[in-house]
Parts: sequence; C-alpha cells; structure tokens
Amino acid sequence: MFGVLFYEFFKIGLFAVGGGLVTIPFLFDLTHRFNWFTPEQLANMIAVAESTPGALGINMATFAGFQAVGVWGGIIATLGLVTPSIFIIILISEFLNKHACDVWLQNILSSARPAVLALIISATLQVAEISLKSALMFGIFVVFAIMMYFYKKSPIFYILLSAATGVILEL
Amino acid sequence: MKIYLQLLVSFFKTGLFTFGGGLAMLPIIKAEVVDRRKWITEDELLDFFALSQCTPGIIIVNVATFCGYRLKGVLGGIASTLAVITPSVLVITLIAAALGAYMDYPAVKSAFAGIRICTCALLLNLIIELAQKFYHQSNNRRLHGLIFVLALCMLGLFKATAIWVIIMAATVGLLFSFKGRFK
Repeated sequence: MFGVLFYEFFKIGLFAVGGGLVTIPFLFDLTHRFNWFTPEQLANMIAVAESTPGALGINMATFAGFQAVGVWGGIIATLGLVTPSIFIIILISEFLNKHACDVWLQNILSSARPAVLALIISATLQVAEISLKSALMFGIFVVFAIMMYFYKKSPIFYILLSAATGVILEL
Repeated sequence: MKIYLQLLVSFFKTGLFTFGGGLAMLPIIKAEVVDRRKWITEDELLDFFALSQCTPGIIIVNVATFCGYRLKGVLGGIASTLAVITPSVLVITLIAAALGAYMDYPAVKSAFAGIRICTCALLLNLIIELAQKFYHQSNNRRLHGLIFVLALCMLGLFKATAIWVIIMAATVGLLFSFKGRFK
C-alpha cells in the first residue's frame, strides 16, 4: 500500500511541470483509479491547501496521502512527490556549475527574466481575483501595498498583521 | 554543522510562512536566503526560479534543492527539501485530522481572507521591485521588452502554461546569442 502510494506520487512529482496547481489534474486522475479519496474531497482539499502554510502541491500530497492511509500516508505521499525534484535539480545544478560563464547560457537566463516577471504578474492577477472580492478588501490591499513599499519589514510581519486585520474586520 | 542547522531553520520558516503556490513564496525566500543569510544573490535566486518553473516538481522544493545544493552539495539539497516540506506535513496532517471542525470557525476564515490580501500586496511590491531591477540590468532592453510583451500575450490571450512561456523566452535568448556570434 505505501509502495503504491509512493510510486503514484513519485510519478506526479516527475511529470507535474510548473508547480503545485499542475498536480491537481494528476490527483483527479488518482480518484478514477483508486478509492483513496473522492473528487468532492479533492475539491475541498484545494481550498484548504491554498489557505494553509506551505506550497500548494506539497499540501495537496500530504492531504491526499492522509485521506488514503492516515498519518504515514501523508508523509509517504509527500516524500514521493519531492524525490524526483531532488534528483533532477542536482543534475541541473551540476550542469549550471560547468557552463555558468558560457555566453549562450547567460543569454538564455537573462531572457528568462522578463518571462518570469510576466508569470508573476499573471499569477498575481489570479490571486487577486479570489482575494480582493469587495471594496473594503481592495482598500486593505492598497494600504498594505503602500506600507510595504515604504517600510521594508519581513513579509512574515505583514502576513501576521493581515491575519489580525482579517479577524478584527471579520472579512 | 552550523550551516546545515541554518538551512533547516531557514527553509522550515519558508515552508511555514508560504501561503498558496510557489511564486507567492518568492518574497519570503528572498528575505531569508538573499537579504538575511546572503547565501546567494538575487540574480541566482531568480535563475533558480526560472529553472524551477520549467523542471518537473513543486517550485518551492526545486528552489530549496537548488539553494541547499549550491551551499552544501547533495546533503544540503536534501536537508533544505526536507525542511521546506516539514511545516506542510505537520500543519496539513493536523488540519486533515480536525477538518470540518475548525475551518468553519468565522475567525479562522477571516484570518485567511486577510492573509490572501497580504499575498496580493506582497506580490505587487515584488513586481515593482523586479521590473525596476530588470530594466536597469538589461543589456538588451528591446529584446527583453519584446520577450516580456510576448510572455504577457501568451498568458493573457492563449492561457499558455508556465513551461511554454519559459521555453519561448529561452529560445529567443538562444537564437539571439547565435545571431550575435555570426554578426
């Protein structure tokens, strides 16, 4: 049972290119082949995984594994998910060390930067769509954005402050 | 030994204070590994991010492995990865065990609604900072501006996934370096 769980999540880690959201179609595929969790439970998981600490993909794996086999299931599924990353990234790091000074690699990496900026803008718009649902929320967003621009405190400070703001204003 | 402990603490914190997807953690990981520990430069971190977008796996795990490997080799990579996933495993296991009971409390929901707003503001500030930096650093503003506009079009008009956007940018960059060579 643990072996199958590890193998299934290892495959997800190997093929989900582009981060946590990409794991979701793979997890829906699991609901067709195993009785670990239902599609409804999976939909609930997404909301919880998005609003709890940790990356979405890791949270989803822990949640799915827990639903399937309990506490150890969550641990095994998460380890399965991250194992391919460790191998692949170490290989890429070696390659980068050897070619870091080559002009063509420098050109590729400097060209990737404007693309990463576009990706961040696109992701921000998606987060804003689900997060800024009222004029009050938008107002809080503007206040936080201005505070962050002028007072460069740790993001953790602002996250705690925003959680308190949410509770006080009953958002 | 001390550096392993610092890696574990830094990436545990990153995992604990990241909400949502991989990109949302960029400001947090930057504050920790670039500004505070000075383990890698901001440019290196962005290269790791770009590569993590187009390699398999969860972005935060890939970035953690890159950083850990850069500092302490294979063991560093494994230590960082385990540290970054530990908060998730702990928190989600607790929530999964108690699901239904606490997530419906109005105060918990309100706190998360506030946190999501904060995530938006963090990302906006990051965008402003990066846009200024890229503009000043760019050695070819016309080419990089073109890539930026192309990337936005791919995402906005064609709902392209991250990997295709990165592949496009890398291809344009590679073609440009050949063009430069034969000129």
